[in-house]
Amino acid sequence: MSDSSFVRTEMLKSEAPPTMEGSVLGWIRNNLFSGPWNSLLTIVFGLLIVYVLAEMLPWVFLSSWTATSLRECREIIPLTYGEGTTGACWAVIRERYLQLFYGFYPRELYWRVNLTFVLMLVALAPILFPNLPRQLLYFSGVYPFLGYWLLWGGTIWTPTLTLAGLIVGYLLFNFLSEKRGLLIGVIVGTLLIIFWFLFGVIPITVFLSENVTPLAIEIVESEQFGGFTLSVIIGATGIAASLPIGILLALGRKSDLLIVKSLCVGFIEFIRGVPLITLLFVASTLLNYFLPPGTNFDIILRVVIMVTLFASAYMAEVIRGGLAALPKGQYEAGDALGLDYWKSMRLIVLPQALKISIPGIVSTFIGLFKDTTLVSIIGLLDPIGLSKAIRSDTAWNGIVWELYAFVAAVFFIFCFAMSRYSIYLEKKLETGHR
Amino acid sequence: MEEKVLEKKANSEQDSQPAVAITNMNKWFGKFHVLRDINLTVNNGERIVICGPSGSGKSTLIRCINRLEEHQSGSIIVEGTELSSDLKNIDLIRSEVGMCFQHFNLFPHLSVMENCTLAPIWVRKVPRHEAEKTAMHFLEKVKIPEQAYKYPGQLSGGQQQRVAIARSLCMRPRIMLFDEPTSALDPEMIKEVLDTMIELAEDGMTMLCVTHEMGFARQVANRVIFMDEGQIVESNEPEEFFNNPQSNRTKLFLSQILGH
Repeated sequence: MSDSSFVRTEMLKSEAPPTMEGSVLGWIRNNLFSGPWNSLLTIVFGLLIVYVLAEMLPWVFLSSWTATSLRECREIIPLTYGEGTTGACWAVIRERYLQLFYGFYPRELYWRVNLTFVLMLVALAPILFPNLPRQLLYFSGVYPFLGYWLLWGGTIWTPTLTLAGLIVGYLLFNFLSEKRGLLIGVIVGTLLIIFWFLFGVIPITVFLSENVTPLAIEIVESEQFGGFTLSVIIGATGIAASLPIGILLALGRKSDLLIVKSLCVGFIEFIRGVPLITLLFVASTLLNYFLPPGTNFDIILRVVIMVTLFASAYMAEVIRGGLAALPKGQYEAGDALGLDYWKSMRLIVLPQALKISIPGIVSTFIGLFKDTTLVSIIGLLDPIGLSKAIRSDTAWNGIVWELYAFVAAVFFIFCFAMSRYSIYLEKKLETGHR
Repeated sequence: MEEKVLEKKANSEQDSQPAVAITNMNKWFGKFHVLRDINLTVNNGERIVICGPSGSGKSTLIRCINRLEEHQSGSIIVEGTELSSDLKNIDLIRSEVGMCFQHFNLFPHLSVMENCTLAPIWVRKVPRHEAEKTAMHFLEKVKIPEQAYKYPGQLSGGQQQRVAIARSLCMRPRIMLFDEPTSALDPEMIKEVLDTMIELAEDGMTMLCVTHEMGFARQVANRVIFMDEGQIVESNEPEEFFNNPQSNRTKLFLSQILGH
């Protein structure tokens, strides 16, 4: 029998791993102390963390919640915790948290903001979690109009008629694109909706309010909006609108139709080449010069439009990355089965491209939500704008950390939630591909 | 009554006309003349194997038949419909012509069942339960009904290619195109895919296969076509083609692929 000859007579069974694997001790050794260099890093960073916490925690906890001014805080804290202690003055948050959340929204109407927020969660649920009953999506469709009515008040006819116009326009588009082709459907549907907005909604609203019943709740002016309410309104609307617009722009940029492609490329490159602040200034001041005198174009609406356009340009590029990452074979397989362009995009290309782009899409969402604080520069009272206002109050003049830490903490909760959701979604959509 | 007669007439016309008729077809990729003066008629029920060295244009040729590639001159008539830039005609032909790719191109985000029912539901407007029944029928035919609710990423290469065949069959195509269906497979899996294709051939499907599996060509093809430099060099019955090749280029090619 030569050395190179070997025949296995019995196949080996799989065995349990050595005991170190999977135990806590094993984990610590593998991940924290796997070698001299790693052990050193673990110790150095451990000490660093301890040092930072030791400096920070006393400031956070040896604090005052009861004072009525910064001066009082500075007197109370050394008295309670001993000479030389400098703790946080959380009293400012206790006194002003309602303002930070609701801005100058009338106090007796806070319930409307709360209700809108809760309903937003209900409307989001079926979109975020596909295993909930699909009928809930109808509520998600109605929600923007309901939310608008609850927040701004006034007669219910305006949002209802707007929604009705959109539904009729969509049905007409559906009918015509089946019978006469997509292009005619889009043109007629859009024209009908524009015509309805320009000449239908307001006169009919006035007529119905005067002759039937106003069905109105108290009006709240845009100037009274502020705080996190404003951030969430701008952020959520921007997020909801920028995703579909971004998808269309990305598809347009990859289109073979020269005019569509040029328009999309031009739009994306222009918006990406301009700072958001510039767009916001255009929205707040310049736009008035272009509009006919006397038009009352709501400032929040203007800001939302600008933020949405800005985010959709970035969204388009993120999604284009996803589209480019799909193998050409996926497009070809769709074509070979006889699916037309829109069906192939909707059923095959976009589900995969969007899945690839989830991290980028959520980054853009988070970026957009944080960018809403920029509206403080054009004078809207979002949490940052309010912080400035609070600091100019004589009682709280000089307070910095406490306010910004609070604003940061609330923003962190929102952004972290979005981030975790994106990880959940990525795991859920994993199908063993690659 | 009259309608039925007309229908019958249309059917018999369809039987007599060739499945694919290509005349004087040329195609360029930029300045590169990739297909040169192709003339090819495929009758209903015919099984054609196309072989040739890489870059000879054989894949491009069958991809022209369902317009994955556009030809620039000449005509291609598939089941009586001429391929032109008319999108309606293209979608019509694509739903009549099934295609299997070298890399399967299954949709990884859909289960095997959804892969098979997608086109019938959205293109043919077949009700879902009916589409699922058809899908199960064809999955049984390719011998993997038990994988119906898995995702493509969980299957082996051979299983994926068989799903791809079933997916095409669910559209009840009149012609099947195969673009090197076994080239990306491990040796052990080639046989299971070829067996499926042989079974399909026995059922009388019109097939055009680009493949280097010469055993398959001998066993099922009515005709073997050899291509080189974008043109059809030789076309013959398999026995003649393999035992008595005429052109020198064919002889060289055969000696190289059968020589070892």
